[in-house]
Amino acid sequence: MAEPVSQLVASMPRARMLALMTLFLGPAVAIYTLFSIYPLIATMTLSTYTSDPSGVFTFVGLANFVTLLGDAVWSRPFWNAAYNNLIFFCVHMLVQNPIGIALAGLLSLPGLKLKGFYRTVIFLPTMLSVVIVGFSWNLILSPLWGVAEGALKSVGLGAWFAPWMGLPHTALLTLALISVWQFVGIPMMLIYAALLNIPDELTDAARVDGLGQLRIFFHIKLPLVLPTIGMVSILTFVGNFNAFDLIYSVKGALAGPNFASDILGTFFYRTFFGFQLQVGNPTMGAAVATVMFLIILVGVCLYLFVVQRRLRRYSF
Amino acid sequence: MFERQLKSAGVHLLLIAYSCLAVGPILLVVMNSFKKRAAIFGSPLSFPDFTTFSLIGYNKVFSASHVVLYFWNSLVVTLVSMSLVLLLGAMAAWALTEYRFRWTTALSLYLAIGIMVPIRLGSVAILTMMRKAGLNDTLTALILVYVAQGLPMSIFILSEFVQQIPRDLRDAARCDGVPETRIFFEVIAPLLRPAIATVAVFTIVPIWNDLWFPLILTSSDSTHTITLGVQQFLGQYITDWNSVLAALSMAILPIVAIYIVFSRQLIAGLTAGAVK
Repeated sequence: MAEPVSQLVASMPRARMLALMTLFLGPAVAIYTLFSIYPLIATMTLSTYTSDPSGVFTFVGLANFVTLLGDAVWSRPFWNAAYNNLIFFCVHMLVQNPIGIALAGLLSLPGLKLKGFYRTVIFLPTMLSVVIVGFSWNLILSPLWGVAEGALKSVGLGAWFAPWMGLPHTALLTLALISVWQFVGIPMMLIYAALLNIPDELTDAARVDGLGQLRIFFHIKLPLVLPTIGMVSILTFVGNFNAFDLIYSVKGALAGPNFASDILGTFFYRTFFGFQLQVGNPTMGAAVATVMFLIILVGVCLYLFVVQRRLRRYSF
Repeated sequence: MFERQLKSAGVHLLLIAYSCLAVGPILLVVMNSFKKRAAIFGSPLSFPDFTTFSLIGYNKVFSASHVVLYFWNSLVVTLVSMSLVLLLGAMAAWALTEYRFRWTTALSLYLAIGIMVPIRLGSVAILTMMRKAGLNDTLTALILVYVAQGLPMSIFILSEFVQQIPRDLRDAARCDGVPETRIFFEVIAPLLRPAIATVAVFTIVPIWNDLWFPLILTSSDSTHTITLGVQQFLGQYITDWNSVLAALSMAILPIVAIYIVFSRQLIAGLTAGAVK
């Protein structure tokens, strides 16, 4: 990895080296600590307090968490949001990542023309704001405009159409698929880059033996890019359990209909800022953020210590 | 031979079909934003022509909201944040790879936390802090948060690039007695130029598109970014299809234009960052 430190640097006086470290690292570490790490710690600390209307904070230990997970007023929406979030994540894993892998596989076929064009076009939605994408799809799927209905009718499937975005049992799935549509470019690009990195010698032998591209892909290339697929999965996990923008901009903070599309991000926002009848509650909000942090931490640790260790890395 | 051509046609067919699925919805919105209301509903799938062309939606967006101001705010926030992320990130990456110390590894790990843990989860404390510092509802607050958010990834990527610079190059300057700060700014920094595209993909896009922090940290109209401004506008004018489509297109078109101009560099940057 890193080459050894230069002799000239190693022979520098300690004080001078320290001064240089402070000068170059100081600003970055200071801003990062102050606006990223400190708020995280402060939020977790705040989750063990409660505040009364006069603004006095009192230490309550883990009482907020007991309320969040035990009191039905809090626990029902919390588990609903957590469950919906899990579905949201599963849709991404089962639809977004396989499509991304398939597109990357197609794009990396030897001798394919117009590669750059397809890559650019398919990645385009990923560049747009989630707000814009959510709203555009909201219009397209709206029965008022009737574009989606018309498109289905033209292929004889008009009877399939329903106001998916507004029905309790389809709203979440529809939103998840919109998010998949937007972000499929990320797994595609990362896996495409990994596929390009596989040296030709590894596939040449198979090709000489008469193996088709499909079998070369599944038996040789796919196993080699498993570490990248693992990385894509953890990125998807963190992104999904932290999602908010799409649901908020399409469905508002209430994540309707009847909380059917509520995920942890929107639940956190409502708890912290309040909405309509409920007053914002910073300490409970901090507790929700802490639980989200723990969920993400468990996911990342599982990835680092279980998944990543079992995947063999190949360096070419 | 014939079989191979057939397969190749099949591959292209699949890719063309998916490309249509990717651009179709965007094209549909942009196309209809230039039409009269009757045509939006009457023939949504046709291009605007002489009889249906209309800019009424755009006029409304310009008169009813401060789009230009929102654009300006987004531009300021994104560019200032990106410059700071690049500068401070490059300096930190340089120090971490060049001056090794007992706690260099620990420091690298500490900085890596930010790659995986979303800064959004600290929002409660960030808002309190900004209020106390008198920075809430300012663009400065947004910039500080975005710099903290972008630094870990940029340090990670830039470290890879710094390591690739030959050691002899740095030591040659040192032997001539050039001070360390000048080595960094005059020898190293210019060599990091190719990394800018990679870092930019990971910082500009999330900042420009972010809704969360503008939503919680800015409250007055004069500090809204384009993403938040459009979101609020859409909420208010939900039934006015001309305006809604125009506002959406105005948010889409600049990004698409920039993306098409820089797509080669952006994609090269993205894949370079991924391979490492």
